[in-house]
Amino acid sequence: MEEINALFQGFAVALTPFNVMLMFVGILLGVVIGVLPGLGGANGIAILLPLTFTMPPTSAIIMLSCIYWGALFGGAITSVLFNIPGEPWSVATTFDGYPMAQQGRAGEALTAAFTSSFIGAFVAVVMITFLAPLVARFALEFGPPEFFSVYFLTFCSFVGMGKGSPFKIVAAMMLGFALAAVGMDTVTGQLRLTFGFTDLMRGFDFLVAVIGLFGIGEILLSMEEGLSFQGRAAKINPKIVIETWKQLPKYWVTSVRSCVIGCWMGITPGGATPASFMAYGVAKRMSRDGQKFGTGQVEGVVAPETAAHAAGTSALLPMLSLGIPGSPTAAVLLGGLLIWGLQPGPLLFVEKKDFVWGLIASMYLGNIAGLIIVLTCVPLFAAILRVPFSIIAPIIVVICAIGAFTVHNAMLDIWFMLLFGVIGYVFKKLDYPMAPMVLALVLGDRAEDSFRQSMLISQGDLRVFFSNWLVGGIMALGLLLLFWPLIGKVFSSRRTHAMA
Amino acid sequence: MSTQAPTPGDDGQAVSMHTMESVVAAQLFAIGASVAYSSWNIGARWADDGPQAGYFPFYIGVIICACSLVILLQAVTGRLGENKSFVDRGPLRQVMSVLMPATFYVLGIQLIGIYVASAIYITVFMVWLGRYSWLRGLVLGVAVSVVAFVMFEVWFQVPLFKGSLFNPLGFLGY
Repeated sequence: MEEINALFQGFAVALTPFNVMLMFVGILLGVVIGVLPGLGGANGIAILLPLTFTMPPTSAIIMLSCIYWGALFGGAITSVLFNIPGEPWSVATTFDGYPMAQQGRAGEALTAAFTSSFIGAFVAVVMITFLAPLVARFALEFGPPEFFSVYFLTFCSFVGMGKGSPFKIVAAMMLGFALAAVGMDTVTGQLRLTFGFTDLMRGFDFLVAVIGLFGIGEILLSMEEGLSFQGRAAKINPKIVIETWKQLPKYWVTSVRSCVIGCWMGITPGGATPASFMAYGVAKRMSRDGQKFGTGQVEGVVAPETAAHAAGTSALLPMLSLGIPGSPTAAVLLGGLLIWGLQPGPLLFVEKKDFVWGLIASMYLGNIAGLIIVLTCVPLFAAILRVPFSIIAPIIVVICAIGAFTVHNAMLDIWFMLLFGVIGYVFKKLDYPMAPMVLALVLGDRAEDSFRQSMLISQGDLRVFFSNWLVGGIMALGLLLLFWPLIGKVFSSRRTHAMA
Repeated sequence: MSTQAPTPGDDGQAVSMHTMESVVAAQLFAIGASVAYSSWNIGARWADDGPQAGYFPFYIGVIICACSLVILLQAVTGRLGENKSFVDRGPLRQVMSVLMPATFYVLGIQLIGIYVASAIYITVFMVWLGRYSWLRGLVLGVAVSVVAFVMFEVWFQVPLFKGSLFNPLGFLGY
């Protein structure tokens, strides 16, 4: 019951007029960011991060996390009305959402999408409320080897659960680690990989990488696809909302299943995008109406939206309790914590109770505020998309450039942003995953530090990573996931041999 | 970016998937090799006081090289799926029509600072690609810059880049 008390204290922190105002501002900004192509949760927050430096940390994170919820909601609007996913995690929502809009049931589809998003997020927040303090308490006992093993598990699970070529996943991830290593070595003070350029001493900031990869890269991709926004009109009135809500309880099995998939994929860094696809696929296979999926089934909207929001929200659990983000957006929030002078990780729950529980309470409130805003303001947001791309594109590039500059007040970072934009475009087309690269860039230094500290403790003996059941177990799980593509191949070839 | 296979018309492919895969894998290999080489030079061995500064990055460089070699081999032997088009000519032109102005825009920021460069960039982009009138483009371009100026310089007091060649807004005292 300790958690309930702490949560109520959190509500007291979050419910000041200033914070509630920031919540609404954040949600509104977030939905706009989610609706616009080229601006997403990760780079939107990265761009706005410097503006929050002067705010108190609790207010700042409330606003930034609300932008995140808003972006999660906003992705659904474009998917349903325009058949254009505003965010990668809402691709699966287009499959049934857009057909529904074509049949004139846009209001119904949007209500279903928003409501299931809300339910997914709510379940994930409840889970965070009770699980995160436990995980944090457990993690207080961790030493460097344990932390390295958790980092190791995080990165291996990208390989084990990723869909594309494992070599590309590892290559992208290692590129992130290499970029993280550029600059001053934190242990010896030596300069690494600067190749004689003094500007590189500072190293690459992942915020710049995020703005380039997801912002500029996305604009280039949208331009290539030659976007023309031919949207459906949407009207949501209370009658449609209530009628849709009446039929939603029918799909409770799908909801529960999607919540489980989402929470799992969010905690392990699978992320919202694979979670939404997986939930859609599973729902299609299990549902009685599976054959009709793709023609405008409410269930086909419920499944991916619930999972995407559950995953997007639960990605904050490892970020808060271990200091290890589960998604690029969580990584950006983590970067914010560091800038505000807070050390993410288990100690946060002990030393900064107000902050942590204020944030968790704001997750409840933010999602309620989000649901109200999106249900009432859909026509407004849809209007944004009718602004021609040739006006929106240059403005987004300008916003990205300003965002990249403000990270370190460095002109060179704007050039890097452009470079990362091209890399993002090419990587996206060649199926190199960007999430592991960004996470490696964020966590690279700390993963290396924990590795080197463990090595110092054990005097270079790698067996320290198998010295007790906990660290050994996590490492073994990591190795299993790392070689999962290989193991899977062996199994499937055996099965085909047996069949033949 | 290299353009190959000159086929007439707008639909021909500019670059094939396998070419692009090979080029990217080769570049990754070069990056991995230089990371490993540079780390080796600052010491990638085990000293008395633990791993040297280059220890971790050295192996990262080695892993990048190994992975990129496998990808390169897969691309050359055609095991990466069918050899589709990476980008067709028409879409490539579209992409370039965003990338080129963006590059000039960043160059502009470098020379004359963010505000004036942004106004020019938005105006030119709208007139050139969106076929808007000069007046409309100029109004929006200047408006965005003014909003950014007021927000950053005046309100949040975060100074943005003013240009290394000369500062056109110097007369404002910022």
